[in-house]
Amino acid sequence: MDFNDSPEEAAYRAQVREWLEANAPKTPLTFEDMEGGGSMAASKAWQAKKAAAGYAQITWPKEWGGPGGTPIQQVIFNTEEAKYPIPPNPFQIGLGMCVPTVMTFADEDTKKRFVGPALRGEEIWCQLFSEPAGGSDVAAARTRAVRAPDGSGDWIIDGQKVWTTGAQFSSFGIVVTRTDPDAPKHKGMTMFWVDMSDPGIEVRPIHQMSGGSGFNEVFFTGVRVKDSQRLGAINDGWRVSLVTLMNERLAVGGATGAQWNQFLEAARQITGLDGAPVIKDQAIREKLADWYVQAEGLKHTRNRTMTALSRGQTPGPESSIGKVVSALQMQDLANTAVEMLDQYGIINDPDLAPLGGAFHASLMMAPGLRIAGGTDEILKNIIAERVLGLPGDIRVDKDVAFKDLPTGR
Amino acid sequence: MNFDYSDDQKFLKNEARKFLEANCPTSRVRKVLDDDAKAYDEALWKAVAEQGWLGAAIPEAHGGLGLGHIELCAIAEELGRVVAPIPFASTVYFLAEAVMLAGSDVQKAALLPKIAAGEVIGCVATSEGPGVVTAANLQATVSGGKLSGTKLPVTDGDIATHALVLAKENGQAGLFLVDLSSGVTREALQTLDPTRDAAKLTFSGASAERLGAAGEGLALLERISDRAAVLLAFEQTGGADRALEMAKAYALERYAFGRVIASYQAIKHKLADIYVKNELARSNAYYGAWALNTDAPELPVAASAARIAASEAFWFAAKENIQTHGGIGFTWEVDAHLYYRRSRQLALVAGAPRVWKERLVSQLERRNIAA
Repeated sequence: MDFNDSPEEAAYRAQVREWLEANAPKTPLTFEDMEGGGSMAASKAWQAKKAAAGYAQITWPKEWGGPGGTPIQQVIFNTEEAKYPIPPNPFQIGLGMCVPTVMTFADEDTKKRFVGPALRGEEIWCQLFSEPAGGSDVAAARTRAVRAPDGSGDWIIDGQKVWTTGAQFSSFGIVVTRTDPDAPKHKGMTMFWVDMSDPGIEVRPIHQMSGGSGFNEVFFTGVRVKDSQRLGAINDGWRVSLVTLMNERLAVGGATGAQWNQFLEAARQITGLDGAPVIKDQAIREKLADWYVQAEGLKHTRNRTMTALSRGQTPGPESSIGKVVSALQMQDLANTAVEMLDQYGIINDPDLAPLGGAFHASLMMAPGLRIAGGTDEILKNIIAERVLGLPGDIRVDKDVAFKDLPTGR
Repeated sequence: MNFDYSDDQKFLKNEARKFLEANCPTSRVRKVLDDDAKAYDEALWKAVAEQGWLGAAIPEAHGGLGLGHIELCAIAEELGRVVAPIPFASTVYFLAEAVMLAGSDVQKAALLPKIAAGEVIGCVATSEGPGVVTAANLQATVSGGKLSGTKLPVTDGDIATHALVLAKENGQAGLFLVDLSSGVTREALQTLDPTRDAAKLTFSGASAERLGAAGEGLALLERISDRAAVLLAFEQTGGADRALEMAKAYALERYAFGRVIASYQAIKHKLADIYVKNELARSNAYYGAWALNTDAPELPVAASAARIAASEAFWFAAKENIQTHGGIGFTWEVDAHLYYRRSRQLALVAGAPRVWKERLVSQLERRNIAA
């Protein structure tokens, strides 16, 4: 165990620091920028700069346009980059999940066409998996793809996806479709990439309980795609989606929302029991200790994963622990912060609430975070089955033709 | 950067596991559990000394192996897995660390080779009654180099040759090295974990040598405790991992309602929860090991985090292991209670988790102001 940089790592860190100091934004985006969507231009500009300097997707090999760096270099860059007020990263789903899937299954021309623009942030990708009838159960997808009747070999897609992050600014997406409803659910699906500007695709933002609209419904009406847009074999879409989701576990993670140190700062300022600052309250101090220990534990668990990667080992689904812990902590920390304000806690106004309303925003986002990218329950199943090797649930849907499965509403 | 054991350390750890599987099955642990007259497993203690583990982190010049503390952490993890009934923590994590940190050259030369050889057994005598010991409520007193007062509980107090004792001298708290060959009476105590020895020590004029500067006993004790906390965290993590393995093995062989209970989500999610806590504990412990091994300024924060995470993980794994077993888990014959008991012993022996949480937050407050 050595948490210090080796001489090579120290040299890389120095080089990263120098580059960041010369290139990274020094002032954070304003709330108005974020709300008004003005952050997209900033995000794209920052991604382009990183790509040009070899800091976007540091571990990608040269043939994909990356610098072929090590996972530890990625850790170093992330740590240093986080010290600057960088804009949001809308490229993560594309670069972390969709594009690797395309690279695994598409032909050379397709790869050449898409990888560069995605890396430079010129084109954003979305992942069209969840449907109204299945979020946790991705293989319940009902969106149909059928061969065009004209004998061209093209496919026609009809149906609806939901909870699609970033669909409204995506150029392309990968979509899981049902191609054989007579086969059992896992054996009748096929994956395609689609052009989101197709007139048959309609993106409707979802009005979230938190007030914002980060996710979308996406409607497919007679969307025609070439057979060359197929990723993997016909009816092999489940296996293809597993490749995507395996990458998801590497792409998702990291702390979100208000953190323990922001809570600590706020707890110094606010009056608690007996007129003393809240930070003097022993119950609050114990919670702070627990949050810190969880956050540090996750940070070093991520670092252990990187060490496994750098040794050429495949990190397993143990990275699933990240979101289970951080999403629940976000909810608990935010709620404790709101309660510490006492009656004033009900005020959800960025101008009046502490930290510009960050605790309140976390409180209202937390339920969604506990669902997105795998619910708490699904992630615990993954840990139990893939890490601990416990048996899967008894399945009533495995050997039944998809069209004969009961569906409820 | 490397966030894992090295290959050499993994080899050592694996050898330690094989050795302990052969020499410390729970049937051996139960000999200490079931026999009130048996305070520890002397044969295992001697065997462990022969392996060189007692002196793993002691310099070669003082009769040790001169390995680093990471190697000692690897050994601690394996001792925790098998709930070893020996005074390893008292002697190695506390006494040896205290002497290496604050001992004089004479004390180092006198004690460290004997610790490495298994001829000296240590103990830590701070507590005097219910609750947290402070400079204000401390009663034991040293005057003219002679110690008087009562300490309880003292883990390994029955069998120790030397004690680290917190006592007042000229009204100030000091930490003292006390030779237990005379001036002390010992009375065995019933504890939650009978696989580990504990006693009440009554001092009447025992010879006491102060460690460190006058009046800085509590600060020195904190520094020693930071070092011990990291090592204890590895024992706790090892115990927690073993408890999870036991729960998993039983869940995979026990049938209820026509299927193994490991196929029910209620059990799967319980075991997943244990796994998550164990991984958080392991990651915090690794960071603590690095801070200990390099004497990093982060050690007090890292040690506190390691101790809090490991205490929580071992407690949770030990108690939920029993529940996963159901009725059979509540019997004396099943080993689950050995881990339940040890989880309490290890969580309390160097100060309860809430004490460490307070220490952690105080340090975070200071660091936050400084930053």
